[in-house]
Amino acid sequence: MNTARRTLGPTIAAHGVMILYTLIALFPVFVIVTNSFKSRRAIFRDPLGLPTSETFSLVGYETVLKQGDFFLYFQNSMIVTVVSLALILIFGAMAAFALAEYRFPGNALMGLYLALGIMIPIRIGTVAILEMMVSTGLVNTLTALILVYTAQGLPLAVFILSAFMKGVSDDLKNAGRIDGLSEYKIFFRLVLPLVRPAMATVAVFNMIPIWNDLWFPLILAPAEEVKTLTLGSQVFIGQFVTDWNAVLSALSMAILPVMVLYVVFSRQLIRGITSGAVK
Amino acid sequence: MTALSLENVNKSFGTVHVLKDIDLTVEEGEFVVFVGPSGCGKSTLLRVIAGLEDATSGTVRIGGDVVNSVPPAKRGIAMVFQSYALYPHLTVKDNMGLGLRQEGADKSVVEAQVAKASAMLDLDSYLTRRPAELSGGQRQRVAIGRAIVRDPKLFLFDEPLSNLDAALRMNTRVEIANLHRTLSASMIYVTHDQIEAMTLADKIVVLRDGRVEQVGSPMELYNNPANRFVASFLGSPAMNFLDRSVPGLAPGRTIGIRPEYLSLSEDGQIAGTVTHVERLGGDTNLLVRTDQDETLTVRLFGQDPTEVGAQVRLGFDPARAFHFNAAQERVTADAA
Repeated sequence: MNTARRTLGPTIAAHGVMILYTLIALFPVFVIVTNSFKSRRAIFRDPLGLPTSETFSLVGYETVLKQGDFFLYFQNSMIVTVVSLALILIFGAMAAFALAEYRFPGNALMGLYLALGIMIPIRIGTVAILEMMVSTGLVNTLTALILVYTAQGLPLAVFILSAFMKGVSDDLKNAGRIDGLSEYKIFFRLVLPLVRPAMATVAVFNMIPIWNDLWFPLILAPAEEVKTLTLGSQVFIGQFVTDWNAVLSALSMAILPVMVLYVVFSRQLIRGITSGAVK
Repeated sequence: MTALSLENVNKSFGTVHVLKDIDLTVEEGEFVVFVGPSGCGKSTLLRVIAGLEDATSGTVRIGGDVVNSVPPAKRGIAMVFQSYALYPHLTVKDNMGLGLRQEGADKSVVEAQVAKASAMLDLDSYLTRRPAELSGGQRQRVAIGRAIVRDPKLFLFDEPLSNLDAALRMNTRVEIANLHRTLSASMIYVTHDQIEAMTLADKIVVLRDGRVEQVGSPMELYNNPANRFVASFLGSPAMNFLDRSVPGLAPGRTIGIRPEYLSLSEDGQIAGTVTHVERLGGDTNLLVRTDQDETLTVRLFGQDPTEVGAQVRLGFDPARAFHFNAAQERVTADAA
């Protein structure tokens, strides 16, 4: 990056735009978090105000935690997200490796077929998926959600990862073959570490939609013991009365784990996004 | 005993026929260089020998055994790649030892082999480093070390010097030549650089469009090229080809004269104007445009005062000139 040649004006303008965007993007989150610490009356009287000593209240959190099932929902969401991500990454990487590395008849066609899923939203098939889950007895299980999310995430994962895997030096893989490494070892020991930034990118892109999804939990797993966090939070939203304190508190807490996962992946992610640009 | 023999080896990728009926033998302890312009199939041929590509037809024998369906690791070969291809997450020591460990060799054997190779290549002080912490030349030495450790029947080099700068290239070239003497191992070396080919090879194989054009020792090929392609590919500056400037040449014939066999002389057959002078200190290269509008290079030994724009006459010894027919094959001068 050549900073010396850049003039001050455009730099300030660019930062101004970015700061403005950050403020706009973070504003809803800020409102949710601040209001979750306020009493119900204060939320409605002054939605944008910060909690003061008068309006400060943890009643929302108390309600959510007393509800008891909240930790179960939390756990369900965590299991679904982490297992789905793991499956997406491992199967996506394997398929991508096969597509990138081996010449076989129908390779290009197979790649296209796998990429088709990016263009066709999986929700179109909801009815068929539900029928399938009913007939296999998977309704109201976390497995159902994990399977659906894995299917939903794989196309993009295969697409991104195969592009990155094509960039891994052939010589390196061939050196491994000459040294007697099996194809599995070449995949796990040589190729996977080199596409780690791409894996992190795929993980982040998939993590947030899965964590936030309401559609499939509502349809495939609405039972109490398998509710996810997003679905669980809906109990506080009634037809006539909504417990805003509880909703906002639940949402605030739901942000935390995603944030932790994001921080874990973000260092890799930044490298992943820029790796194409600077190399 | 032959280290390698190829019989009628063909390779096609889909409809593209890359290697065409390659027949070749490499004797035990011989240093063979495959040379040719890019896209001539030399790297593919090396990959077929290594087992990284399957031959479409034909037989590959290494040390007398047919290895067509033997995986690369079991062929008794080691390969050095242009891009070094070191394992980025392993130390130099582990990089070098990996092949042997995969074969299930004893830990002490691996240690001993790695120590031997690293001593040979002056790598002792780098053994615990990772490839990212090494310079290009050091990486290539590690890659060569990795090959030595396996004690292979046949070494394969795939343009190992292409990524190095000029000075290092020279040093590493000498190192590889010394290595060949010390190990007296059979080696195959692929390059597009005719200087590497000339300086390293016991035997040069010139390839073009997937075919072997000529096989022979460097001086044989230099002094007795079979056709115009071989004549033009070996030698630097390249051979001059003239079909108009030399009087008395039959139509369709071309005459080839190496730059060093041309000399400035008052009664030379070729007349022209000097268009450019390269003074290298030891040599002087003149680019001359003949009156018949052909460009040729003259290599004069030592320093020469000739300036750009000078009118010169060039002479040569007819015995030193090569004659080629319209099909670019070598013919004798009498057949003209």
